[in-house]
Amino acid sequence: MTPRCIGLPLTLVLLALTLFAPGLHAQGVVNVYTSRHYDTDAELHGLFTQKTGIRVNSIEGNADELLARMRNEGDLSPADVFVAVDAGRLQKAVDQGVFTPFESDVVEQNIPDFMRHDQGLYIGLSKRVRVLYLSDRVASDFVTTYADLADPRLKGKVLIRSSGNVYNQSLLASFIANYGQADTEAWARGVVDNMARVPQGGDTSQIRALAAGVGDVAVGNHYYFARMLVLGDASDKAAAQTVRLVFPDQQGRGAHTNISGIGLIKTAPNRDNAIRYIEFLTTPEAQAIYALKNFEYPAVEGLELPEVLKSFGEFKSDTLNAAELGRYNRDAVEAMDRAGWR
Amino acid sequence: MNLSVLRPGPWPLIALAVSLLVVVPLATVVFASLGDAQGSWAHLAQTRLGTYTRNTLTLAAAVCAATAVIGTATAWVVTTCQFPGRRLFAWALLLPLTVPAYLAAYAYTDLLEPGGQLDAALRAQTGWSTLDLPPARSLAGAAFVLSITLYPYVYLAARASFAEQSGAAIEVSRTLGRGPWASFFRVALPMARPSIAAGAALVLMETLGDFGAVEHCAVDTFATGVFHAWRSLESATTAARLATVLITFVAFAVLLEGITRRRARFYQLGTRLPPVRRTTLRPAAAVAAIVGCALPVAMGFALPVAAFARLAWSAVESHAVQIAIEAGLRSASVAAVAAAIAVVLALAVRFARRFAPGPATATPAAACRLGYAIPGTVVGLGLLIPLAAMDRGFNGLTLWAFDWRPGLILTGTAAAVVIGYQTRFLAVATALLDGAFKRLRPSLDEAARTLGSSRLEMIRRVHLPLLRGSVAAAALLVFVDVVKELPATLMLRPFNFDTLAVRVYQLAGDERLPEASAAALVIIAIGVIPVATLSRLTQPSSARTKSLQPQ
Repeated sequence: MTPRCIGLPLTLVLLALTLFAPGLHAQGVVNVYTSRHYDTDAELHGLFTQKTGIRVNSIEGNADELLARMRNEGDLSPADVFVAVDAGRLQKAVDQGVFTPFESDVVEQNIPDFMRHDQGLYIGLSKRVRVLYLSDRVASDFVTTYADLADPRLKGKVLIRSSGNVYNQSLLASFIANYGQADTEAWARGVVDNMARVPQGGDTSQIRALAAGVGDVAVGNHYYFARMLVLGDASDKAAAQTVRLVFPDQQGRGAHTNISGIGLIKTAPNRDNAIRYIEFLTTPEAQAIYALKNFEYPAVEGLELPEVLKSFGEFKSDTLNAAELGRYNRDAVEAMDRAGWR
Repeated sequence: MNLSVLRPGPWPLIALAVSLLVVVPLATVVFASLGDAQGSWAHLAQTRLGTYTRNTLTLAAAVCAATAVIGTATAWVVTTCQFPGRRLFAWALLLPLTVPAYLAAYAYTDLLEPGGQLDAALRAQTGWSTLDLPPARSLAGAAFVLSITLYPYVYLAARASFAEQSGAAIEVSRTLGRGPWASFFRVALPMARPSIAAGAALVLMETLGDFGAVEHCAVDTFATGVFHAWRSLESATTAARLATVLITFVAFAVLLEGITRRRARFYQLGTRLPPVRRTTLRPAAAVAAIVGCALPVAMGFALPVAAFARLAWSAVESHAVQIAIEAGLRSASVAAVAAAIAVVLALAVRFARRFAPGPATATPAAACRLGYAIPGTVVGLGLLIPLAAMDRGFNGLTLWAFDWRPGLILTGTAAAVVIGYQTRFLAVATALLDGAFKRLRPSLDEAARTLGSSRLEMIRRVHLPLLRGSVAAAALLVFVDVVKELPATLMLRPFNFDTLAVRVYQLAGDERLPEASAAALVIIAIGVIPVATLSRLTQPSSARTKSLQPQ
């Protein structure tokens, strides 16, 4: 064969080798299954590698997708840690038996008790509050509780995303835990009756639609709003400035507060590296990127909050244990399915 | 007589092995659907199944009808009328083929979103709002997006038919005094019907399998249902049952396509007919023709491209370009490897059919052609189960024999994705090679054999040089399809393996479209290459005929 004939096949073989080489058990790596996909994670991983020499492999995806993947992979899974943006998914991982407890003085020192699973199976890394948003066309006390969202006077005014979204699933799971299945389903039907449009888009889309006059009250996590105010383009900033953020249920149980967090996988092939990675995420330096750059409330206390979070003020959180969110997840999904919540 | 008939050798086995790539995932899904769904199927039947059925069928009907009208009308005008810009449109009407439906969906929803930039501009200028327009995220929106990106399938089929089959008949009809409209409805359309139906059948398959566009438009179909059941209800059985229903729908489309193709064969005459003589349009009619041809191109190509370009421009300081480069390199390398493998496998199947004709090779070859019709979510589901089982089995074996576990060789590496691409796109490579093989006369083989060359030598020295063009075209088409593929990649990809399509999907779902815009433009740009080539290959113009004649 002439060299020309060899060139193409050789390139393809080399390409294939780089694609297929697993390298997952190599020295100095940690394999992260994560449902976060923020650009700040790249910055975070770079910092970790710089400090420890450990490379971070990550696969980003929907938490349920990653859990399904781990079920499929069984004890051969390359996963070292699982990062979820919702307590319900962390608890689901616990129920699936993929986590194992670990001991770390660093973690115990940095993360307060209430942000740690009672058997040490996962820890929270940031807090995210599911809040209400009001348009400037209604009074500031137009809606003050989640229960109000099902009130017939809100017909055609409520904006909320689909039932496939984990934040909604956990919100409903918290209602089932607090008020029971029947009341929750009645509430879900009420909300569906009040919807301004078929659930669509993400949390940001609800806030934009609110500002544009599609509805008068929207439901969304707090940091989407902060992101619009600080990082949004001109039209997003203008839209966000017409919207008022309301922490719901301040006279009652408090606002539904979810966590993002991380757990160590039972079959982790790089266990030591994984623990170092988890410890790293609890350091103030990492928290400033992980939580604050995404405008989430950090798990570590004593960090200086960004101005926009300060402007939201103090609020009362629902203290429901995260395990409950996982326990009632399936019931929450089925309740929304039955209520006709897309 | 062909000696090879007597000694089939390893060829049937090779063909069978290749066809397993399609058969195994299909069989897995059907088999898995027989399991115990633990109540989740009953729950689904009571709640969402009606919506899935209604949406899937409505969408399929609407998109087929719309693409049939757009594709046929534009093909007719471009083939039989003369007006300024005709040659340009003949080519440009194919361009929407380069925009995957999900990208069009992202562009339109972003554009029309209440509170978006267009909305703000409209309000400032006219006091109107996009709220006065029909919502993009709806069944109608999904049907629009799919129609405007898929009509070129019908257009291509209809154009070929108008140009090559009914040319003479139209001539006769016009000579006998029928006007252009009557010639169209009474002569050309009935003759082109099988081709149009074949194009529409392709549209039907694409519509049934679409995941990204319908999901973004907030429309639940069987394709999104498979995904929902797999991850939210945690039931592989329920997902498999939905997938089986979906396969049944698709089988219907395949059947339809097969029937129309058989009918179409009637009309195909062996000789090349004179090209249609084009009617020169009067100014008013010419303007109407230009607008009619420009609209689909504008809506299906220019507008999404402009929307992404504007977003990319506004996002220069963010990571848009970096994301496009990183994901682009990954997409390009995996697509190159997948395309090379697909071509080799398709060649193997075709040579098997040539050297060992008969049902033992024809049946596997037919099975390979089915793959393109299997929706990506079904391929994902149908491969995950057996590949994971193979991984576990292999690790059990090495653990027992060597006390060592290599890990997930298939599902933990790009192998799973590449296999998934073979399942889906082997059909593309096979279809292209089919035509080329038919042009290789059996006498070539006989001559080579008589001259004493072995079969492999014959393949290397006679067949492959003659097939070079088709092999390149097949590789190119598979390459482009892989770059666009979304749902199977989403389900099968390993670590650090976000392709362009996956990156765009994630960012769009996260409402960070500006960061995805550069990557979206790259996907479209890659698609333009084969459309340019394809259009030359199928251009029924005199230029091509001339180039075929000896100099």
